[in-house]
Amino acid sequence: MIPRPFEYHAPQTLPEALALLGAHGDTAKLLAGGHSLLPMMKLRFAQPEHLIDLSKLAELQGIREESGVLWIGAMTTENQLIWSELLQQKCPLLVEGARQIADPQVRYRGTLGGDISHGDPGNDHPALMIALDASFVLQGAQGERVVPADGFFVGTYATLIDPTEILTGVRIPVPAAGTGYCYSKLKRKTGDFATAASAVTLRMHGGRVEDLRIALTNLGDTVIRATDAEDALRGEPFDNAHVDEAARRAMAACHPVSDLRGDEDYKRAMAGEMTRRALHTAYERSVH
Amino acid sequence: MGKKTMVSFALNGSEVDVVVEPRELLIHTLREKCLHTGPHIGCETSHCGACTVDFNGMSVKSCTLLTVQAEGADVKTVEGLAQGGELHALQEGFMQEHGLQCGFCTPGMLMRAYRLLQENPDPTEAEIRYWMAGNLCRCTGYQNIVKAVQYAARKLRGAAVESSHPLLEADAAHAH
Repeated sequence: MIPRPFEYHAPQTLPEALALLGAHGDTAKLLAGGHSLLPMMKLRFAQPEHLIDLSKLAELQGIREESGVLWIGAMTTENQLIWSELLQQKCPLLVEGARQIADPQVRYRGTLGGDISHGDPGNDHPALMIALDASFVLQGAQGERVVPADGFFVGTYATLIDPTEILTGVRIPVPAAGTGYCYSKLKRKTGDFATAASAVTLRMHGGRVEDLRIALTNLGDTVIRATDAEDALRGEPFDNAHVDEAARRAMAACHPVSDLRGDEDYKRAMAGEMTRRALHTAYERSVH
Repeated sequence: MGKKTMVSFALNGSEVDVVVEPRELLIHTLREKCLHTGPHIGCETSHCGACTVDFNGMSVKSCTLLTVQAEGADVKTVEGLAQGGELHALQEGFMQEHGLQCGFCTPGMLMRAYRLLQENPDPTEAEIRYWMAGNLCRCTGYQNIVKAVQYAARKLRGAAVESSHPLLEADAAHAH
């Protein structure tokens, strides 16, 4: 319950935050919503000497659309995602996903950027971001770079983000009209991390699957894009045989860890089932 | 040792100044320095919601917030719900509908429901259950908490309220 002592910093601007991060290096952690970091500090899994609070940075706030691309500030909270009319209209998968994250209080604080940067395979946004073909804007002292979500997550709690960089926001191309979507999450109870979950976007054309993306949550040491499963359906008619083959390939892509949520076989089977359900729902929601 | 700093915030409408280490959690400041001991601690993993307070118009778990983050904030606890000795509709609802037993989760439940009913003044049962899911209760089984929130929602909307408890109604009829 009691964290180790640390120094607290509340910079007012992004350059100020970057300077603090540069000055304190590995001894500093960025504080966003605090709903992963503070719990780890309370259990003394994490013991940073400096916390740099990002809550005052206006640069990290806001949800807007700029020429077909949605920009969402890294400090946008989960409830802000859920209540955003722009996202409900243009990116309902993100709203559906956020509704399945944690609980109301946690969603008032926990942020999109924090969920992504944490790099926990149990978090839901990594799969949603890959399914949505998102990319992340990283700001360092030397400038800005943009990296795709697919490839950003390299291991448990490990991402491409440099210790001197701050994730400022997320870019999501507005899904084409008629794109189907679903986030199918199996969990023991509200607020739990997934036993298995599958994020799907799918577009039909001329009776065939024109394109799709499948990403899996909590079924390996990091989020998994199930490309073999996508290949089973891309260019094919959407029927049970092809969906079942995609689900089998999603199962094959998993390397789950056994824990209180179940053993490897169970999680792998549930990865297939969540993928099958997500595909069917995405198809029903697509224009076809 | 983190250097101590002074933090000022509004607590149930009154300005308070506290001197804290950066690592001090808001729940501890509220309970130990401000002596507002209604908010409780039921876990150390941010699940139970017994520490829920209203913070700048949000329901937050005060065990997962540093007091230094509360600089300039508007904080409301269960102690601020009743006005001039008059119970808030939610407090009345929890009493009338038997929405508490041991009372340990109740301050957090009330503060979460307080914000919920401002966001959604006429929630369905499913919406109440979904948007109260950050608060655990060991005693009630939640059924009467749902009724208590519905009771308060009706009262706050200016609709007629009556307890769903049949004995109370029979008793009232008998008294006339």
